[in-house]
Amino acid sequence: MPTRRRALLVLAVLVGLALLSLLVALAAGSLPVSAGDVLCALSGEQGGLAVEVIRGLRLPRALAAFACGGLLALAGALMQVLLRNPLADPYVLGISGGAAVGALSAMLAGLTLALMNLAAFAGALAAMLLVFGLAHGDSSWTRSRLLLTGVIVAAGCGAVVALILSIAPDDGLRGMLFWLMGDLGQATSPWPALVVLTLGLLVTLPFARELNLLARGDTLAQALGVSVGSVKHGIYLVASTLTAVAVTTAGSIGFIGLVVPHLVRLAMIRLGWGNDQRLLLPASALAGGSLLVLADTLARTVIAPQQLPVGVLTALLGVPVFLFLLGRQPNDRQ
Amino acid sequence: MTASEPAMNAPLLEAGQLAVNIGGHRVCHDLNWRIDAGESWAILGRNGAGKSTLLATLAGLRPQHRGRLSIAGLALPHASAGAGARAIARVRGYLSQHQIDPFASTVMETVLVGRHPHLGRWDWESAEDRRIAGAALNEVDLGGFAEREVQTLSGGERQRLAIAQLLGQEPQLFLLDEPLTHLDLSHQVAVMELLTRRATEGAAIVAVLHDPGFAARYCRQALLLFGNGEWLAGRADEVITATNMTRLYGHPLRELCADGNRWFVPC
Repeated sequence: MPTRRRALLVLAVLVGLALLSLLVALAAGSLPVSAGDVLCALSGEQGGLAVEVIRGLRLPRALAAFACGGLLALAGALMQVLLRNPLADPYVLGISGGAAVGALSAMLAGLTLALMNLAAFAGALAAMLLVFGLAHGDSSWTRSRLLLTGVIVAAGCGAVVALILSIAPDDGLRGMLFWLMGDLGQATSPWPALVVLTLGLLVTLPFARELNLLARGDTLAQALGVSVGSVKHGIYLVASTLTAVAVTTAGSIGFIGLVVPHLVRLAMIRLGWGNDQRLLLPASALAGGSLLVLADTLARTVIAPQQLPVGVLTALLGVPVFLFLLGRQPNDRQ
Repeated sequence: MTASEPAMNAPLLEAGQLAVNIGGHRVCHDLNWRIDAGESWAILGRNGAGKSTLLATLAGLRPQHRGRLSIAGLALPHASAGAGARAIARVRGYLSQHQIDPFASTVMETVLVGRHPHLGRWDWESAEDRRIAGAALNEVDLGGFAEREVQTLSGGERQRLAIAQLLGQEPQLFLLDEPLTHLDLSHQVAVMELLTRRATEGAAIVAVLHDPGFAARYCRQALLLFGNGEWLAGRADEVITATNMTRLYGHPLRELCADGNRWFVPC
């Protein structure tokens, strides 16, 4: 595990990278802007069209991207500890499925964007409570029971989503598909997501060492003084809420929640720092945020003026990078 | 009023009228048992008698069916909930039968995990913690292994690492579920010697063992679990006899003596 000073150093570097990615997002786009415009927009001075575009369009969208990426990566890291499985992601327990059912139903009914967001959040919460209630039916709150319940609920949501897609009118299909793939064009305000991300980190960081123990097995954690039951319930609720806020903001953006915690863990293991959640959780949030900001910048510039759903790009970029790093991992780690 | 800190003068472990059940099977009933500093206990019994279940109950990891149970004056299971769990973890260490490593980790990190109950919420492992962890690794003959990846260890090395983690926890009461699993003979001897040395230095050990000879040689006391809820506790030289062992394991055993040690072999 890293020393505290090294961990803080790594986090400082990641904060720098996050700021850099935000600057790139502000500067890039079909309307060329100068460094002066960016400074002008950030300092709140009056300016021309470029300043308005940066302040009114690019900045909220970049902040929303950062918040969603951070939320998904943090939720993924928590789920991987909770399910003690490096392959878990924030969507594995059906939260995005519930949100999708809510959002698509609202679109089908022709509701406004605000009501659609509300429906998505309600759907996510409903899926979360359903999985929690069913998996909690008896006192044996086992991992496989939780995982199985989540997968079944996700499958049920998938069927409802397919049903809605098949009966939806043609002109509504495009919006629905973009929502399903994840798209930051629909993000309205970045602030709820940013606030929840901050709260999520503040709530989980004090328990990071407990999570390290939990990742090594319930019995060991319990024997070393961790209140296993309440910590597990807490992680489940926090991770689910983070995921629900992320999908409500930008639809179900794939891959960030699975790959970012994994990449951060891989890097930490390379450095001989192991699986220390005290660094892993904030580092994942920062890296996930920066990655999604860059991916979204690409998504809206690569074939501009047409925009791609960012979820497609995260997967297109993430898959080869991930496979490459996994392939380079030496088999005899000695 | 319930105490939340361990009492210095209380027995390390005390059970009164204790009944432990699992899945309809009665492990023990009316168990009256007291463990003081300096004692070394072996728990013997055949497969499925409930040795591990009893040990987990004593550790406060599962509730008893009936009866009183306390660790250093802290009543279980009440005291093992919430913040009390950390106070108990500073007094009693528990070695589980299986070690799992779902995520990659180094040997040093794995030992440092044992320091958790001694660290505050925002503390990071100090140089002193690392020194304690290093000393624990040396004690189990894993001195040069600090940076090794845990998943590359052999079964016996992994078991010794788990023991080092327990030593790093610095408990006064060692509850050990089959500490000798996967160990070769020389390491079995070394581990029993280092554990009984802890007992002579003021700790107490309770170990589930499978070899009555090892139990007779290294433990001064023994608890026999007969599998039907009956139990027998006492001094090892009085309790571990060929007659009792034959009854315990349901197979005739003969006692052999050599160099002052007693060994039990199947007839």
